[in-house]
Amino acid sequence: MSAVAESTRTGTPPATPPDDSALARAGAWARRAPLLPALIFMIIITQLPFLVTLGISFMNWNAYYPDEIGFNGLDNYRRVLTDANTRSAIVVTVILTVSVVLISLILGLLIALLLDRQFRGRGVVRTMMITPFLIVPVAAALLWKHALLNPEYGLFNGVLRWVGNLFGQNWPQPDWISQAPLWAIIAALVWQWTPFMMLILLAGLQSRPLDVVEAAKIDGATSWQIFWNMTFPHLRQYIELSALLGSVYVVQNFDAVFVITAGGLGTANLPYVIYQLFYTAHEYGRASAAGVIVVIATIIIATFALRTVSTLFREETR
Amino acid sequence: MSAIASATTPGTQQAQRIQHRKKPRSAIVLSGTAWVVGILFVLPVLWMVLTSFHSEPDAAKNPPALFAPLSVEGYKTFFDSGPWPPLLNSLTASVLSTVLVLLLAFPAAYALSIKPVKKWTDVLFFFLSTKMLPVVAGLLPLYLFAQAVNVLDNIWYLLILYTSMNLPIVVWMLRSFLAEVPVEMLEAAQLDGAGLIRTLRSIIAPVVLPGIAAAALISFIFSWNELLFARVLTGTAAQTAPVFLTGFVTSQGLFLAKVCAASLVVSLPVLIAGFAAQDKLVQGLSLGAVR
Repeated sequence: MSAVAESTRTGTPPATPPDDSALARAGAWARRAPLLPALIFMIIITQLPFLVTLGISFMNWNAYYPDEIGFNGLDNYRRVLTDANTRSAIVVTVILTVSVVLISLILGLLIALLLDRQFRGRGVVRTMMITPFLIVPVAAALLWKHALLNPEYGLFNGVLRWVGNLFGQNWPQPDWISQAPLWAIIAALVWQWTPFMMLILLAGLQSRPLDVVEAAKIDGATSWQIFWNMTFPHLRQYIELSALLGSVYVVQNFDAVFVITAGGLGTANLPYVIYQLFYTAHEYGRASAAGVIVVIATIIIATFALRTVSTLFREETR
Repeated sequence: MSAIASATTPGTQQAQRIQHRKKPRSAIVLSGTAWVVGILFVLPVLWMVLTSFHSEPDAAKNPPALFAPLSVEGYKTFFDSGPWPPLLNSLTASVLSTVLVLLLAFPAAYALSIKPVKKWTDVLFFFLSTKMLPVVAGLLPLYLFAQAVNVLDNIWYLLILYTSMNLPIVVWMLRSFLAEVPVEMLEAAQLDGAGLIRTLRSIIAPVVLPGIAAAALISFIFSWNELLFARVLTGTAAQTAPVFLTGFVTSQGLFLAKVCAASLVVSLPVLIAGFAAQDKLVQGLSLGAVR
């Protein structure tokens, strides 16, 4: 948890002020008091369990074999990193996260640019765009699996047949989920996450100093010049922010994998594999080791995310 | 959306009008594209609505039976299958955890903005970093603890975990709202001898109430959506709506209409909360970093 450690290194309750008169001390505690319930609550519920996970990750612990519980060093890590299932899960997690974030970021940027103009019904289009994000993730996954991608009665194949019939042709009816299981999950997630990216990028676009853009227009700059030299640099930190926050959420995705393929067809990602190791196989030691690996991977992303947020934050509070 | 409002000042509008006159065709194409993209994104939801009002045989037709007679059969099946306990569990967990989040977050946000403690940015970033910690990494200890103290399948335990899930977001949001409270007015109130309660009510509340509402709605949405904790930590008694939904698909017979109906009913509270919080959604999702 280096990211956490880094940001809290100096954040531990400040030592008693140097001018330690009793009054100053009482004042400092009066200031701190409103903060303490939330802080203590978060430490107990998010930090303690992780320390326990770290401890269990060095133990041989399967709930089915309670007699064999004991310390086994790095064995769990060795097994997790050499096991074909978890290795494939690592690859799947990377592919899933990178493609969902990249595709929805690019789509989100294009749509945000489209919506950053005055036109009739802009509010309606914006509302329509947000809707996918407001469907419960489980419901969205069910919708994609059954109502859209089902080979017999899904909307995709329905439209294919309907359009094919118009041309008097009998187009093939692909079984999307078994032919491209990972892409089915990616499609469902892109549909839900594009609005997220779009919202943040649109907010970024609208915080752009308009007078400068107007001035550039009057000076005869082309739209492309304005985009590349003014809009894009301004937007960069918003792009970073949405990509990083998106990654933090998508890395942890469980719902879509659970509903659409139940981890089958080579689509199990790390959260799903950990869920299986712990919930189905009761391999507590190995599940914990895999959990620690996910945390380490997330910290790498999170460190960048925290840095980006703190840049934005400093600009805002300046 | 103050940014939109400020973008429609007369001057800009005029500038835009001039631009429109200059290249009307590209403007029409761009607006048309925006409409088409918006419709494409909302289409699956519209399809879900239409399918939910079809009979099962009509819902399973290929090519799709767009104009089949409407029916509430799907909804009937859903409401006959005992959805109220899970829906009520979800409501309890989401509403009460949101109340708890606000009770913990408001004082914390106050101590991080209006009367900041030393090193307040570090504290703020500690809250944020907990949000980046994958849920799945703490799941096993939370499960073992629940087993040990006998709170498995207990909605109160789930509710406390949801509180920890949303507390960082809400602290960040409320802090950014509290930071907008004018300091001069606070000082003036203090000089006038206004007490804490009066200051809270007459100066802080008007600025912060919209923010509290938005933060509450976002916290509600995330709790309502949650699946992994609920799946692992609840059984039959404390089952939540998303878990109920995953078990709703049967392998026998036709089920599309009732699944669509169920998905819509379960999503309805989120849709309402989301549209209500639309303008503040960005700020919540970006942890207050973007306004």
